Amino acid sequence: MSGVALRIWLLHPAPASRRQARLGRWYRAWRGLSRNGLAMAGLFIVVALVLMAIFAPLIADRAAVTTQSLATRLQFPSAEHWFGTDELGRDIFARVVFGARITLTIVGLVSAIVLPIGLGIGLPAGYFGGWPDAVLMRLTDIFLAFPRLVLALAFAAALGPGIENAVIAIALTAWPPYARLARAETMTRRDAEFVQAAVLQGASHGSILFSQIVPLCLPSVVIRLTLDMAGIIVTAAGLGFLGLGAQPPAPEWGAMVATGRQVLLTQWWVATIPGLAIVITSVGFNLLGDGLRDVADARSA
Amino acid sequence: MTEAPLLRVRNLRVTYPGEQGDVHAVRDVSFSLGRERLGIVGESGSGKSTTGRAIMGLVPPPGRISADELRLGETDLRGLSERGFREIRGRRVAMVLQDPKYALNPVMRVGRQIAETHRMHVGGGTRAARLAALTMLEAVNIRDPERVYRLYPHEVSGGMGQRVMIAMMLIAKPEVLIADEPTSALDATVQTQVLAVLDDLVRGRGMGLILISHNLHLVSAFCDRVLVMYAGRVVETCAAGRLHEATHPYTRGLLAALPTLEHRRAVLPQLRRDPAWAGE
Amino acid sequence: MAGPTIGGGRIPGWGIVRRVLRTLGSVTLTFLGLTVVTFFIGRVIPIDPVLAIVGPKASNETYDRVRAEIGLDLPLPVQYWRYLLKVLHGDFGTSVITSQPVLRDMLDVFPATLELAVLALLIGVVLGVPLGVVAATHRGRWQDHLIRLLSLFGYSTPVFWLGLIGLLLFYAKLGWVAGPGRIDVGYDDMVPTVTGLLTVDALLDGNSEVFVNALRHLVLPASILGYLSLAYVARMTRSFMLGQLRQEYVLAALAKGLSHGRVVWVHALGNVWVQLITVIALTFGSLLEGAVLTETVFSWPGLGLYMKNSLFNADLNAVLGGTMLVGVVYIGLNLISDLIYPLVDPRVRGQRR
Repeated sequence: MSGVALRIWLLHPAPASRRQARLGRWYRAWRGLSRNGLAMAGLFIVVALVLMAIFAPLIADRAAVTTQSLATRLQFPSAEHWFGTDELGRDIFARVVFGARITLTIVGLVSAIVLPIGLGIGLPAGYFGGWPDAVLMRLTDIFLAFPRLVLALAFAAALGPGIENAVIAIALTAWPPYARLARAETMTRRDAEFVQAAVLQGASHGSILFSQIVPLCLPSVVIRLTLDMAGIIVTAAGLGFLGLGAQPPAPEWGAMVATGRQVLLTQWWVATIPGLAIVITSVGFNLLGDGLRDVADARSA
Repeated sequence: MTEAPLLRVRNLRVTYPGEQGDVHAVRDVSFSLGRERLGIVGESGSGKSTTGRAIMGLVPPPGRISADELRLGETDLRGLSERGFREIRGRRVAMVLQDPKYALNPVMRVGRQIAETHRMHVGGGTRAARLAALTMLEAVNIRDPERVYRLYPHEVSGGMGQRVMIAMMLIAKPEVLIADEPTSALDATVQTQVLAVLDDLVRGRGMGLILISHNLHLVSAFCDRVLVMYAGRVVETCAAGRLHEATHPYTRGLLAALPTLEHRRAVLPQLRRDPAWAGE
Repeated sequence: MAGPTIGGGRIPGWGIVRRVLRTLGSVTLTFLGLTVVTFFIGRVIPIDPVLAIVGPKASNETYDRVRAEIGLDLPLPVQYWRYLLKVLHGDFGTSVITSQPVLRDMLDVFPATLELAVLALLIGVVLGVPLGVVAATHRGRWQDHLIRLLSLFGYSTPVFWLGLIGLLLFYAKLGWVAGPGRIDVGYDDMVPTVTGLLTVDALLDGNSEVFVNALRHLVLPASILGYLSLAYVARMTRSFMLGQLRQEYVLAALAKGLSHGRVVWVHALGNVWVQLITVIALTFGSLLEGAVLTETVFSWPGLGLYMKNSLFNADLNAVLGGTMLVGVVYIGLNLISDLIYPLVDPRVRGQRR
């Protein structure tokens, strides 16, 4: 199929198969997204981050992450050390590159915890309504009314510093919006005709939830997650900065800023560069999330 | 009608740029308005509201207005600056919108909203504006103006809200009033009262009124002359009393669709539409 | 929705009573939730509080006696009940570092945080609201894009990093502001403490030198926190404003001859404020959180720094006390925004009638 024919097939108003319809929908969303320059910039940053994390050993020298060299400590960026060296003479470039792995691990793990909790609370609340809804939403409201960072701080303090505990602390305070979102999405679909049809065919509640409702909730949940990624990254970096996240010598960006703080006024790059990595990453996720939301809004409008 | 018309419109066009070329919301509409009541009827999307807004210079961007003539008295409205329009709106031509529930600012007392128009155009300070607003409330048959002055829009009924709206729009004594579906959001009993108030003021002040409505009955009973619009075009112009003599198939269709008390119909007639009418 | 009726008519004022009852109910529940969470955080901590008191060399009998003294041998619900009662009496235990009651400590440091957060909120609202309005009225044009990018960077940038960059630039390189801390050492304790807000106290005392010095210390951390709240406030204002500009009353206001400026800044913004109250309350809450990091960067002796220092000295009472305090302020802000709402929105206030 030529490019033009493929596009016509994808945009066909009356798709002949389920596959064509689905691919067409994806293609239309992609077209909407690709027209948005800022969103594409965000996508580029996120993809670059993921590639950097995957191919970190090819981009930088793994040994340089931890190799200390007091003779060459606190060096200004140069051809040898692109981003300079830190207070222990470690190569900042290598640490930033490998730090991407930690950042992605954190957002991945947080998502993996937050999505099941949010859906697990929001779906039944929206689907069954009545008292389960009242109880679950009251619980959600309570958690929603908590100060997020401070609670994460207290959790991290209680569980002890470390990347796993930071993840748990962030996840425990991040799930309520997802529960609300899943509930709202479920409620608008609960009485839809295709759900009624499934009920009439004798489908169980569980199978209706998982086969009919979850797939429809997922897009908005994923968009929300993309928008939240930036917040998660910044919160994780904050915990790292306070010494409650990944422990040394792990090259966590927030912790790197914290060590650079000691030499800020004389060797500014030590704190500035890892901070820039955080900013660029979180801007990327925000731009992409904004773009995805615009595409979704345009489709529903 | 020997005196010069209050408003003269020749070949008014309103265009919105669209993804598949321009969309023509109003195409070559021409009419003139004297001290009379002119009705514009048509279905939603026929361009009747846009015509009214174009006269006031209130077509939101990216919409474009053009006309061979668009004249309010001696003032040429074509290419009039925003500042120029500001002096005309409310002062020389005003507009009553459909639903007072949405057309009044919900967080401002209704009296202040009326007085605001006065302060804007007549000047003379807060006290004068307040007195004028109270007088105006009385003029629209509100019995306890002092009390109503202090109410918020959500505290007044639909009929009273619409009278407030009329007061707000007529306080600066404009020459032309465009009433866009002024009674469609109201109960049938209240509709008559509001129309009576409107009629009183328009006649008493010798204003020109453009009544925009989808309701053929209302327009033919209330107005002197009727324009029928379809797809952005005027397809028929006739005296309200002679509407039954209308010749255009669209107008005939509208007339045939009106329910009557005299005969029962087994089958409701369906309105025939022909794209050719838009292209004439 | 119908309330009780007398002779067919609704009791006047029932709506507002219901509203207040519902708000109080949800506030109470949230507060209980907060105590449950802090209670369990206190329980899961790996440090053994008994061991912390008696030391590793104590005998088993001493250990058991102390354990019973502080009530750790009781069933969990009983322990929780005791904890709740103590919290309600403002008893958060004693700080290990300062040996003072935690509440006392917190009252000492909180004004510093409050001073920072209030100024930051002022900056955020005074600049954020107009920026949001301009972005909305210039939707899709360069002003909109610029403001959007400005706020995007605001909520993408970690506050601690921005604080460091700010110190580097405006303190070390340019010398426009004073460095870390609340005041230069030489000015310490020069004005009597009245409100605890150093700038206000200096003004009350008429000591302009202290005022200027305190302000020079305050302005950078407050601006950086303010920028973060500006980002959020501007974004929300823009979206509320776009919603209002679509309303019919805007068209009507234009039709009666008002200028665009008056329609936007008086009519539409009047309606936006109603919606912004909740946003501003939430922003203030998040400023208290941002204070933990900002205070660490700026060595600002407020609640955030107190909590951070307690954290690293395993002073759990102080950490949980701080969490409770911030949580209570959060709840209080929600309550206040719920109560102010009807004062600003005549539609809600009108329910009394």
